Amino acid sequence: MIRLEKRAQPSKLWTLATPFVAVVLTMIVGGIMFAMLGSDPFEAIRIIFWDPLFSEQFAAYSRPQLLVKAGPLILIAIGISMGFKAGIWNIGAEGQYIIGAICGAGMGLAFYPAESFIIFPLMILAGALGGWAWAMIPAVLKVRFGTNEILVSLMLVYVAEAFLASVSSGLLKNPDGMGFPGSRNLQQYPAAANLEIFQGSGMHWGVLTAFLAVIFAYVLLSRHMLGFQIRLTGEAPRAAKFAGVNPARIVFLCLGMAGALAGMAGMFEVAGPAGQITIDFNSGYGFTAIIVAFLGRLHPVGILLAGLLMALTYIGGELASLMLGIPGAAIQLFQGMLLFFLLATDVFINFRIRLSKTEAV
Amino acid sequence: MDLSSINPILLIASLMVSATPILLAALGELVVEKSGVLNLGVEGMMITGAICGFAIGVNTGSPVLGFMFAAICGALLSLAFGILTQYLLSNQVATGLGLTLVGLGLSSLIGKPYEGIKSPTLQKMEIPILSDLPIVGRMLFSHDPMVYFSIALVAVVWAVLKYTRAGLILRAVGESHDAAHALGYKVVRIRIMAILFGGACAGLAGAYISLVRVPQWTEGMTAGAGWIALAIVVFASWKPWRILIGAYLFGGVTVLQLNLQAAGAKVPVEVLSMSPYLITILVLVIISARGNHGAPAALGKIFHASR
Repeated sequence: MIRLEKRAQPSKLWTLATPFVAVVLTMIVGGIMFAMLGSDPFEAIRIIFWDPLFSEQFAAYSRPQLLVKAGPLILIAIGISMGFKAGIWNIGAEGQYIIGAICGAGMGLAFYPAESFIIFPLMILAGALGGWAWAMIPAVLKVRFGTNEILVSLMLVYVAEAFLASVSSGLLKNPDGMGFPGSRNLQQYPAAANLEIFQGSGMHWGVLTAFLAVIFAYVLLSRHMLGFQIRLTGEAPRAAKFAGVNPARIVFLCLGMAGALAGMAGMFEVAGPAGQITIDFNSGYGFTAIIVAFLGRLHPVGILLAGLLMALTYIGGELASLMLGIPGAAIQLFQGMLLFFLLATDVFINFRIRLSKTEAV
Repeated sequence: MDLSSINPILLIASLMVSATPILLAALGELVVEKSGVLNLGVEGMMITGAICGFAIGVNTGSPVLGFMFAAICGALLSLAFGILTQYLLSNQVATGLGLTLVGLGLSSLIGKPYEGIKSPTLQKMEIPILSDLPIVGRMLFSHDPMVYFSIALVAVVWAVLKYTRAGLILRAVGESHDAAHALGYKVVRIRIMAILFGGACAGLAGAYISLVRVPQWTEGMTAGAGWIALAIVVFASWKPWRILIGAYLFGGVTVLQLNLQAAGAKVPVEVLSMSPYLITILVLVIISARGNHGAPAALGKIFHASR
């Protein structure tokens, strides 16, 4: 009879090891899936995890892409991980990302075709504020009425998507676009474009912001009173109340930060890699960031690494669909499986397996 | 705008059709939550049920087989959730989210070859005599069997929860798993069964969308219906008959906004298509403002029998 026995202390070793175990398990099961789809599993895994970084043929293109894709994922995941730590489940980052992008792009387009160094910072501000405001809706409702933030934040994703459809064929539509939906391309508007800081590195301003957010979150969580209060609220809500932590303040803080970061991520994406507001410029980063946050153990440095890994599966997935014809959905499934295996192996952090001869009653 | 083009008889008839998937999914989730488990993966199980049912429906030509297979697929997917949360003690919120992501990926992977095909759909079941009644006959008594099945299921769930020993045990497990465990009930086994029921219902709900309501397969076609089902469980304060009311109210909103779009209302299309989600939020706010009555006390808590 296999039995789980609670550890006196969470295992440090397993906390670090489970993400790697989960990745290996995902590779094995994913390999079986690729084999069932009719591709060589070893080749598929190599193309996804190795070739984007080290293949002579593709690495020159895909290495910069790694940062481009990881930037928004890390930025969003850092924000929502704070909430997850405090037991506040903001799963509507996708909506905050969309609204941030719309506000940021709207700010930029309002100045078109003026040229000034102030436009880009204003756009960042607008993006952050837009995402923040969108996240404040579930925050206010939770604090004021006790409404479940999971459902509200998720419903707002669908609202944001409808709004995106509206502005991309209405308010923000390119007047010179010959009737096609979609805004002006911000890449072709120098004052508003989110350009690479170092040519050919993929390092645009959003990636830099993501790195800064990692440092900021690390300091906040490990060195600042607020970070302590966030962790306390998640681990022992009653103790937090007795210690004088204001739960409403934590809700506003966590959702607000997540919204602002997701909004900025959206703005950087739309002014950079995506270039314009279109009906489907958002590529589900807000949802993938949930996987990134968990895979990174809700720890800023972990999220940094997890974001890079997840970006790798995006790029490798594109490469695999190009080379082997593996459908894009298989990669989406692959990412979902990763989260599943991670959650499954997490049990070893707090429990150890015991084999007992007598049946436990 | 021409309001007279909206036919109230057809409106109510299509309301029942559009409410049925949400009703089925919410009913399944109600049983799961009554057992003290929060499964946020309804959307993922629904969309998987939608494509599995559709694929079998198209390949065998039998929608009934499609529905059965969809229920099995939904249950299988929920079993993964059950194993993770009940045996491996993972966080239910995170696992439910993971289930949704897996379901969305899985469904679009299976669904690629089925895009743009029409499926065989369920025959309308005209109830003798009643369906011949003027107005009411067309409105209420000439639907496909799944509509009646879903309503009957509400009654069954209500009766089982309220009047049977099994229902009492299920509720006991949901209120206090430690007490139920002390009384000798197999908490984990009972919860797994509830989770399987929820998965099967979500699968049926998904198949209803792809086999009857649309009837076609498009990627992401459930469009948040699973999440709305979760909201309706809260709206219903965990009571089966209120689930019926909630689902039909919501179905009414959906159908009405579609009708208004078709009738060329002066409200922008986007505002109309947002409206179901906005109304869900509004309803959640109103319900939660009154206080969270009726939630099972052990909802979302992890159970581990030490010794």
